[in-house]
Amino acid sequence: MVGIATYGVYIPKFRIKVDNIALMWGLNPEDVKRNLDVHEKSVPDMDEDTATIAVEAARYAIERVSLDVGSIGAIYVGSESHPYAVKPTATIVAEAIGAGPTMTAADFEFACKAGTAAIQTCMGLVQSGYIKCGLAIGADVSQSAPGDPLEYAASAGGAAFVIAKEGVMVEIEDTCSYTTDTPDFWRREGAPYPTHGGRFTGEPAYFKHIIGSARHLMERTNTKPEDFDYAVFHQPNGKFPAKVASELGFTKEQIQPGLVVHKIGNTYSAASLIGLAAILDVCEGGERIMLASFGSGAGSDSFCMKVTDEIKKYKDKVPSVQKFSENVLYLDYAGYAKHMGLI
Amino acid sequence: MREVAIVGIGTTKFGELWDKSFRDGFAEAGVKAIMDARVRGEDIDALYIGNMSAGRFIEQEHIGALVVDCAGLAGLNIPATRVEAACASGALALRQAYLAVASGCHDIVVVAGVEKMTDVAQEKIEDLLASVIDREWEGFVGATLSSLYAMIARLHMHRYGTTREQIAQVAVKNHANAAKNPDAQFRRKITIEDVLGSPLVADPLRVLDCSSIADGASALILAPYEIAKKYTDTPIHITASVQKSSTIALHDRKDITTIDSTVAAAKEAYEVAGVRPEKIDFAEVHDSYTITEILAIEDLGFCKKGEGGKFTEDGKTAIDGDIPVNPSGGLKGCGHPLGATGVRQACEIVQQLRGRAGERQIKDAKIGLAHSIGGTGGTSIIHIFERRD
Repeated sequence: MVGIATYGVYIPKFRIKVDNIALMWGLNPEDVKRNLDVHEKSVPDMDEDTATIAVEAARYAIERVSLDVGSIGAIYVGSESHPYAVKPTATIVAEAIGAGPTMTAADFEFACKAGTAAIQTCMGLVQSGYIKCGLAIGADVSQSAPGDPLEYAASAGGAAFVIAKEGVMVEIEDTCSYTTDTPDFWRREGAPYPTHGGRFTGEPAYFKHIIGSARHLMERTNTKPEDFDYAVFHQPNGKFPAKVASELGFTKEQIQPGLVVHKIGNTYSAASLIGLAAILDVCEGGERIMLASFGSGAGSDSFCMKVTDEIKKYKDKVPSVQKFSENVLYLDYAGYAKHMGLI
Repeated sequence: MREVAIVGIGTTKFGELWDKSFRDGFAEAGVKAIMDARVRGEDIDALYIGNMSAGRFIEQEHIGALVVDCAGLAGLNIPATRVEAACASGALALRQAYLAVASGCHDIVVVAGVEKMTDVAQEKIEDLLASVIDREWEGFVGATLSSLYAMIARLHMHRYGTTREQIAQVAVKNHANAAKNPDAQFRRKITIEDVLGSPLVADPLRVLDCSSIADGASALILAPYEIAKKYTDTPIHITASVQKSSTIALHDRKDITTIDSTVAAAKEAYEVAGVRPEKIDFAEVHDSYTITEILAIEDLGFCKKGEGGKFTEDGKTAIDGDIPVNPSGGLKGCGHPLGATGVRQACEIVQQLRGRAGERQIKDAKIGLAHSIGGTGGTSIIHIFERRD
């Protein structure tokens, strides 16, 4: 069965606390933290961008299982902060990891769900036999206008997944999507920061689409929330995934291992995928996991996954998600502004 | 002048109606009202639509024709008129329809109030709402509607000893009432601590002192009283419809803790209807902010000037009090889609007078009063309704 042959993540080591951002804009930090359930977020170094982050995550994925990069037939990088408007990030990644040139590559964009869309595309190519394995990456150095509510969470990180048929550590039993044209969040060509519809990003966007795709998946697979050991949802803040889990009937215990937004913020295209990686880090084989991403604009991709015993062989070969939250360096707002190129 | 009755009502739920457009809103409310009154399209002589700012909220003008067209009545060439008086636009539509029927010009008239506010980015709303105050002398120098009501609240507290807690009680009461109203936006009870702990908007007013940005639509069917029984067993008589104006800018008033236009409209409305304030069984008043309801109950004569805070604190305006105020939940609890509000108030009064207000029914209600104001009181419109069995 098609599934995940290996995975890797990368999160920059810099952090800024929500307190520092709130104080800069004259807001009560406790109010902001309570409202968003986010305490700090990752910040890219001055020379990091989506391409470098994608490369780091891909290298860890390859290193975990000592993957033969020559077997990679497709590389897709999902992001909403590709360094170039025209020129692919995926080719930079391919060259950096030594893949190609007899392969295909492209960049994906679907707000925060481009990474899961890349996984679905790789699944199709692998399942049909066109390629042996495909590399799907979600990575972002998320943009947010200074002072915008997005600024408290928009962060940087990436996750890479190799999709294959043989020797998988996770079988993907099914996937489906829920897609509509919903303008909840967007960035026009040439605009430096995204615009969003405030509260409109909640019920008619995030909740409607995740609930739509998750319920559709459970119908297709004839499963119920209690059939899953873990669930991970897109996490733009801490409140939304907790609420959507509760509405769908999942418990706090099921989502806790994959809820990483409190400490790293919203890594946009990587958010749900880093959450999945955090769950895989603690799996021993046999667990069933649901993943539901969300991308503004809007859509959600859901996956029903079963962890195999293969996963035990590759534990702790490369840094876990937890490891990236250790030995971090905190920036004040001035340092953050410098890292983000604001000054 | 002929006597006029309301023979049908209809309203949408109020709130963030993400899946309903402007036209979906009035179509739903209008169909409900038409079904309620059992009138046919051919019976309808005219439409009046209260709408404050579709031009700025959804970039649509020519609302009269739009409503007729979307209601499927364009083929009948029914005249449709959109009226505007800021937040009192809905009440003004009711008054224009009332005048059309009372004068004998029309028989069956549809009144609609509609606003679609949530398609506008939140940061633009405060400026948009500042179009109801004097743009040149208030808005351009930084005043907003919230800041002007904050000044009113501050002076009321200073002059009359009104406490912050007494003002907060208005929101607590209206949320409690809204919890019993299936069409209200905020169906949850709150406490005084919740109000005082909510974020500041304009000192001393906080988020929970303010009515909300909302979508919604309401509709009424009016008919001459002598033929009203043809359409309903319980026609509700409009015994007074009065509109008064005052200065648009707050600084031109003699006293900013009194809404002159409301005082003048109330005086005339009571005379026309032949009642005194003590005879009013309940009222739907304009609580765009908590302090606005305090002013309203004073200016309508339910209590003396300066005593509105204590009157509220003592539970006199609660649903089981001496004069229940805003049993629907008011603008605070129901949400305040500007042009729809005045029509929704009339719908609530009809529900109460019909005895069909469910959990929030006021016992033996016979006479109800609706009070709507534009901005800080540049316009006040009062209607008095009576059920005669």
